[in-house]
Amino acid sequence: MSVADRPIVSPASGDGSTYPEHHFLNHTSGFLSWALTLDHKRIGLMYLVGVMSSFALGGMFALMIRLHLWNFKDGWLSNQTYNQVFTLHGAIMVFLFIIPSVPAALGNFLLPIMLGTKDVAFPRLNLGSFYLWVTGLVLFLTALSITGLDTGWTFYTPYSIETQKGGAVLAATFGVFVLGFSSIFTGLNFIVTINTMRPPGMTWFRMPLFLWATYATSIIQVLATPVLGITVLLLSAERLLGIGIFDPKLNGDPVTFQHFFWFYSHPAVYIMILPAMGIISELMSVHCHKGIFGYRMIAYSSIAIALFGFLVWGHHMFTSGMADVTTIVFSALTFTVSIPSAIKVFNWLGTMYQGTVSLNTPMLYALAFIFLFTIGGLTGLPLGALALDMHLHDTYFVVAHFHYVMMGGTLVAFLGGLFHWWPKMTGKMFNETFGMISATIVFVGFNLTFLPQFVLGTRGMPRRYATYLEEFQDLHRLSTIGSLTLGIGLLVALLVLLHSLFYGRRAPTNPWGGATLEWVCSSPPPHDNFATAPTVGDPYDFNGIEYDAKQGGYVKKS
Amino acid sequence: MYSIASDMPFILADKVAPYAWFPEGASSFAPQVDYLFTGILWICILFFVPIVIAMVYFMWAFRERPGYRGSPEALHNTPLEITWTVIPTAIVVWIFWEGAVGYLDMARIPKGTVDVNVTAKKWVWSFKYENGGENSFEKIGSVDYPKLVLPVDQDIKLIMRSEDVLHSFYIPAFRAKRDVVPGRYNYMWFHTTKTGIYDLFCTEYCGDNHSNMNAKVEVVSEEEYKKALEKAVQEPEDPLERGKLLYKRLGCSTCHYAGDEGANGPGPSYNGSWGKSVPLESGESVPFDENYVRESILNPPAKKRKGYGAASPMNSYAGRIKDEQIDALITFMKSLENAQPKTGK
Repeated sequence: MSVADRPIVSPASGDGSTYPEHHFLNHTSGFLSWALTLDHKRIGLMYLVGVMSSFALGGMFALMIRLHLWNFKDGWLSNQTYNQVFTLHGAIMVFLFIIPSVPAALGNFLLPIMLGTKDVAFPRLNLGSFYLWVTGLVLFLTALSITGLDTGWTFYTPYSIETQKGGAVLAATFGVFVLGFSSIFTGLNFIVTINTMRPPGMTWFRMPLFLWATYATSIIQVLATPVLGITVLLLSAERLLGIGIFDPKLNGDPVTFQHFFWFYSHPAVYIMILPAMGIISELMSVHCHKGIFGYRMIAYSSIAIALFGFLVWGHHMFTSGMADVTTIVFSALTFTVSIPSAIKVFNWLGTMYQGTVSLNTPMLYALAFIFLFTIGGLTGLPLGALALDMHLHDTYFVVAHFHYVMMGGTLVAFLGGLFHWWPKMTGKMFNETFGMISATIVFVGFNLTFLPQFVLGTRGMPRRYATYLEEFQDLHRLSTIGSLTLGIGLLVALLVLLHSLFYGRRAPTNPWGGATLEWVCSSPPPHDNFATAPTVGDPYDFNGIEYDAKQGGYVKKS
Repeated sequence: MYSIASDMPFILADKVAPYAWFPEGASSFAPQVDYLFTGILWICILFFVPIVIAMVYFMWAFRERPGYRGSPEALHNTPLEITWTVIPTAIVVWIFWEGAVGYLDMARIPKGTVDVNVTAKKWVWSFKYENGGENSFEKIGSVDYPKLVLPVDQDIKLIMRSEDVLHSFYIPAFRAKRDVVPGRYNYMWFHTTKTGIYDLFCTEYCGDNHSNMNAKVEVVSEEEYKKALEKAVQEPEDPLERGKLLYKRLGCSTCHYAGDEGANGPGPSYNGSWGKSVPLESGESVPFDENYVRESILNPPAKKRKGYGAASPMNSYAGRIKDEQIDALITFMKSLENAQPKTGK
């Protein structure tokens, strides 16, 4: 890609950097230009605002939980309210934040640009996905807040059938159903886009790893999400028509519900973590200014995780009384997932070796990810070991484990990715010092919150308890202090980003020295990304990408 | 004890307990589980520490600085990549194997066990011994816990059922857990090794007072167990005493406050109710008398008290309670005619 292909830019204010006068943010204006936009970048930004707001809401509930658990009894919430709060926390975080966070927000913005195309394959379907997501969000939040749903985010039967709030369960699961379709359409769109719209020169193995991860995620979304739809339909059929499927009173089997539910919800865990791994692969190579170590292994491991991820749902049910053989087979399959995950961690470290490591905000988040995800992954080992799981199942050990993966993994990678692509999305640079401070506080707060929970778990503290034995109080208090620290760190991160919108200096085209296509188009990109389809080579060829003080960013010198 | 407390001082170690990671083990599963945990813990440390050291070292040694420029070339090293695929694979195969073997021990129930029937319902555990006797209660602090008495050095088999939703039977000291599923029996077993009193938790979310669905397990010598069994057979003759016991055993206490005990909600308190007029959700009022109590036990939704329309529903006791038991409960409620309602939370 030569400079001549670049969109028209005018030399901006005295510093010599190139800043486009005309870009997707000011291409058109007015409410409808956003509400009816077919531009994947605007849709991505709208998703971003949506998922961040959901995260803030879910985070508030998390803090309510932690504050309630400060004392071992007589917390400030009643048991009933506490149950509703943890249900809200889990449901909002899973369905409204983590699942759409990376694919829908960052993925939408980046995927076509990384592919050098003007948009996704089906722009109208893309906008449709967004509105489905908004509809699902409204339905879901209405159901959750008005009816006081208290089943936990898993809707386990028969509790979800016999609870007074039966209507709430139907409304909430219908919300999940609609959100599921949003997810399916996004996945479908991405699969078609990647299959058909890659530019000349971009073979499968010259695709940025973020795209590999997104592709693997999309496959799971398209294949697994329909099962969630079926489960919800069966649940409705049982309630409305009285057909016994899950309810023992009608001769149904509650464990069947768990099979259905986890057949979707376990692959969903990989919908959450795979894109995060994709982000880290990009961040590690760009901020080490070095090609990614073992490209093919990382690409294959994404696909391996997506496939194995379909076969391990039974490990959520080790204590439910499944047949012994089934239980043992699920345990064996569970361990297969650990290998591709371990390979990725080693490859990221290999990327740092002999590179040029820039310690900046996105890189700090990426390093925090490796630290936290490694703990999250390793603590999966005792849970997969059957004999040990009999002790640890449904205790705080599990809570700590999945927060290390979901929050220490996905959220931290999401934040890293957000800081990394923020200059591209908004055209503004953020305050690096405060960005790094936010990463540090998040890291410390996170560990302080969740490390004590591992010990709570091995000592036998069960999940979802509104009151607990006094002997657990010290560890709970440590955890609560950690959660407040974490909250402050996240607030600092938000303020840094908001501050940059108003006071940030203009971002150069390539602030970090990336070699993928998004760093070729201006920051922010023009409305149609590329005037002509660019020709591409190796996405991790950092040869000749040099810092140019005049531009305040990197340029390719050939 | 296999706890690693002795060789790994843990900074978060509990101030009072002599252990670090686990409660003291009291079943034959505990050494097995603790051994596996310790093994996996060391494996994790052997992976985690080098990873972090490498990360921090690379961060420092290859940091961007004037005069230094690292290689931009992507590295690739097939032998290294095969090594770090094969070694973790071998390790997880070992972990899987140990876990599966231990699990089979837990799943295969030996012959000649001491059997106990366990019934879980919102939000109380009840236990029925082989001679038909049922569990007693023990007050610890302000809470009355159902108490399961078991003999030491015996194989114990539990036959578990649920009357309503999913529950899970968990004794941390025994490292044993199994879900209790409505509509089927689930079994579990363990071998007790140590006398003492241990915590029993419900670990599958089951509604409002899930976190209060605890019990105590007392492991005693053979002789004491026999004595406890004899006492367990009979419900007391005196209707008031019988009513008091049934109030706890049938789980009434998990929703209805009575006297100075029981959970304050989701159901209404019995205190000061007898003989008064009860306002209903439908707008009518009925007297709180024998017939009202009987109907409310056998068909709870029929006459819901005002203010409790949205509370978690009570399940019917029809088929689970005898008429004399209802009489005993009525006697108990009568005795609370002038008791004060609970104030505050």
